[in-house]
Amino acid sequence: MPTSRSYDAIVIGAGHNGLINGAYLARAGLRTLIVERRHLVGGAAITEELIPGFQFTTFSYALSLLRPDIIHELELPRFGFMPLLMPFGFHPAENGDHLLMGTDRFENLHQIARRSPADADAYEQYRHDVAQVCQAIKPLLDQIPPDIFSKDPDELRRMAALAGHLRSLEPRVLHNAVRLLTGSAADFLDDYFEDELLKGYLASSSIIGSKLGPRSQGSGLVLLYHKLGEHDGSFGSWAFHKGGNGGFTQVLSRAAEGFGAEILLNAPVASVTTSNGRATGIALEDGTELRAATVVSSLDPRRTFLELVEPRELPADLVENINRFKFQGTSAKVNFALDGLPRFPGLPADGAHFRGFTNIGPTIDYLEHAYDDAKYGWYSARPYIDSAVQSTIDPDMAPPGKHVMSCFVQYAPYHLRESDWDTEREAFGDTVQATLESFFPGFGDLVIHREVVTPLDIERVVGLSEGNIFAGEFFAPQMFFFRPAPGWNQYRTPIEGYYQCGSGTHPGGCVMGAPGRLASQQILKDLVARY
Amino acid sequence: MANTTGLWSHWAGYLVAEKYQMSEKFEYFAVRNSVGVFDTSPLYKHRITGPGAEHYLAGVLARNIHRCRPGQAQYTVWCDDRGFVVEDGVVLRLAPDEFMLTAARPNLAYLQGLIGHEAVEIEDVSARWGTLAVQGPRARTVLEPLVPEIAGLGYFDLVPAKLGDTAVTISRTGYTGGLGYEVWVPAEDAVAVWDAVAEAGAGHGMLPFGQVALLMARIEAGLLLIDVDFESSRFAFNDEHRSTPLELGFGWMLRDLDNDDRAFIGRNAIVRERAEGTSRWKMVGLVVDWHEYDTLYTAAGLIPPKDHIPVTDDFMLYDTGSDRVGYATSLMYSPMLQRHIAIARVRPDLAATGTKVDLEVTINHRYRRVGARVARMPLYNPAHKTA
Repeated sequence: MPTSRSYDAIVIGAGHNGLINGAYLARAGLRTLIVERRHLVGGAAITEELIPGFQFTTFSYALSLLRPDIIHELELPRFGFMPLLMPFGFHPAENGDHLLMGTDRFENLHQIARRSPADADAYEQYRHDVAQVCQAIKPLLDQIPPDIFSKDPDELRRMAALAGHLRSLEPRVLHNAVRLLTGSAADFLDDYFEDELLKGYLASSSIIGSKLGPRSQGSGLVLLYHKLGEHDGSFGSWAFHKGGNGGFTQVLSRAAEGFGAEILLNAPVASVTTSNGRATGIALEDGTELRAATVVSSLDPRRTFLELVEPRELPADLVENINRFKFQGTSAKVNFALDGLPRFPGLPADGAHFRGFTNIGPTIDYLEHAYDDAKYGWYSARPYIDSAVQSTIDPDMAPPGKHVMSCFVQYAPYHLRESDWDTEREAFGDTVQATLESFFPGFGDLVIHREVVTPLDIERVVGLSEGNIFAGEFFAPQMFFFRPAPGWNQYRTPIEGYYQCGSGTHPGGCVMGAPGRLASQQILKDLVARY
Repeated sequence: MANTTGLWSHWAGYLVAEKYQMSEKFEYFAVRNSVGVFDTSPLYKHRITGPGAEHYLAGVLARNIHRCRPGQAQYTVWCDDRGFVVEDGVVLRLAPDEFMLTAARPNLAYLQGLIGHEAVEIEDVSARWGTLAVQGPRARTVLEPLVPEIAGLGYFDLVPAKLGDTAVTISRTGYTGGLGYEVWVPAEDAVAVWDAVAEAGAGHGMLPFGQVALLMARIEAGLLLIDVDFESSRFAFNDEHRSTPLELGFGWMLRDLDNDDRAFIGRNAIVRERAEGTSRWKMVGLVVDWHEYDTLYTAAGLIPPKDHIPVTDDFMLYDTGSDRVGYATSLMYSPMLQRHIAIARVRPDLAATGTKVDLEVTINHRYRRVGARVARMPLYNPAHKTA
């Protein structure tokens, strides 16, 4: 039970953004309650012991984009923050060849040059070009986006500052940014590289979480997003949090409580209560009413605007925009408990190459063929798999000698042609396992347990509409000025005191935390203005 | 458990691994999150025996050896008669009249020269003993099935044990700042011990770790390193390169001097320094202001570097004006703390926790200053270190 019926602020949803938002509000001195429908915090960033000793990262499985400001401002190291390094990226080919990218710059160049000497220095140029674009884009992740439609002098100044920032960039950097933000990853990569295996390795970042192939315009933006993380000062590097991303949201939970927030579990919210166009609190499904002048939804835009409040109370253009906001999740997870490490015939049995992401998606053709299936409403016959044997990084994830393997799988479109996911679940799991078997002979013999998480499961369990892992597609018309809708990109809603802080707001999904943090800044600014 | 990098360096005349695989940071995380093993064998080891051993050490070491009972170890320093530190090391009391004193440099002649008429024998047994450090939160889980004798072994305690067929001594010591043990083994059995520990660690994420990961861990742990954070008074050309125990932050070793009538080398100078407040410096931890650091680099058009590899140059410290108020001797980006941290010395009046100083760094080939705050060492101090 909550300790009170009345709070300064109530945050709906204890996913990472809800926890971060609640932590910031509590840190600012607001009496804050975070309510969560499920029995555990974390939203899509949870770790569950499905069988004794085996920890599964059911959904989200790695960390990169988390804003550094959040780590420091919320003092996360004090609460157990521990992003473990993944020293390898392993990219097997279908013919038994492979790329093994590590932490040493020149070893990586050697790997690349083995297949194409020209690609080695092209890789240096590529990394530098992308890093420069990241450096240029990065400030936008850490600030409330300007409202392009506002005539408020403050907003006009911020628009001018944005234009000034873009003008300050070297022409080459701005042009590369536009190439990435609007173009296809395949076109961008073709400008640098000739080796299909290397291009496949790099292109996989351009499709994750999105209904796009690497040759689709717009895949460059998804690629760029996956390079924007600056974990330990290095763009595009990924880490595995101790205990998985559930371990990370436990850290956030301790931080939120450390700053004084209360967390209420098993408390599904029926609606946000309003009076005269103002938020007054929330009503739980069990009938409990809790009061707060500030209510923050960390749920996705569909739930925030069409379910928690009456759409009839909202402006028609906002409702129209939310109605056509694209979710169309296409990702699934298949998680395994394994009796030992998989074997890749060309590499040593110690399996050091599994200490990181293992990328099943050898070439752009492979990825694009996988996407072809999804275009016509079916899952990929040969899916793309972003896998990680996380127990090689953190031994607490599995008993000694055993392993857990997280497999993020595309494509698995939410809407299946002439079938449904409850029917297809195990057949889909078999497809994924067969694909792994083709790269790692004997894989099936290692399987102790298999968990198939379909887009429908993501929607049902986490609440993300249509199972979209970013709480809405990373498409240009749904970003920055327009996320989640034109005029409502600053975390406010038409209902005074009702705010949004989920991944459906700027700058979007991944375990970035920026929406939760930036929304708290807007809320606190508005509170100062009001009182 | 082999060095796969082909990269080796030298330590005390021995070939040692900088790292065993290409990522030293991965080894570092094994130490912080699971368990790592480090070959400490090249450390100099002096065996001090005889009925006069305790009395001898009471006069040589600044820390009170009478408080180190058989079955215990002590981190200690020894000084010259002007109260400057000669060296530091760990002394193990293996029996009432048998001690082993470790040191980073050879000290045999120096120590022998101080024997006088004591009934003491000192020998350099460095090559006769191997030392394997098993460090990290899983160290006990891995070692206890091999050597049940370590059950309940307290921080800085030691116990004779059998590891397989080998007689070893195990101490609850290390240079990483977490839970850890060191296995002291006759040299001829060292490889067997390494193999047995490696086998016991399989499935526990155990990795061998090299010099780089060790030096990362020791800065977080606030453990000083000779010729980096201080120098031996024996080999300094002037007092700028000498330090007293009080200046190095070892006042805690000497807190009980009023109830301790030992006449040890340097005592009078130390007592005088303390009474007159003449310490020039105080060793402290520093935590760099992340926001200032990131802002400075970003404004300069650069990605703020966050390099975990320790830099052991001098970095000057200033007050808010232009006075140099100290210098940092070990600087790194700590992945555990997510900050740049340093071991530094500051003027004693600035040593209070939270005091702001400016650290000088080079950005775009210009000297710039970034704020930092004085912090208590160790900056990383997990409960499992002593629990």
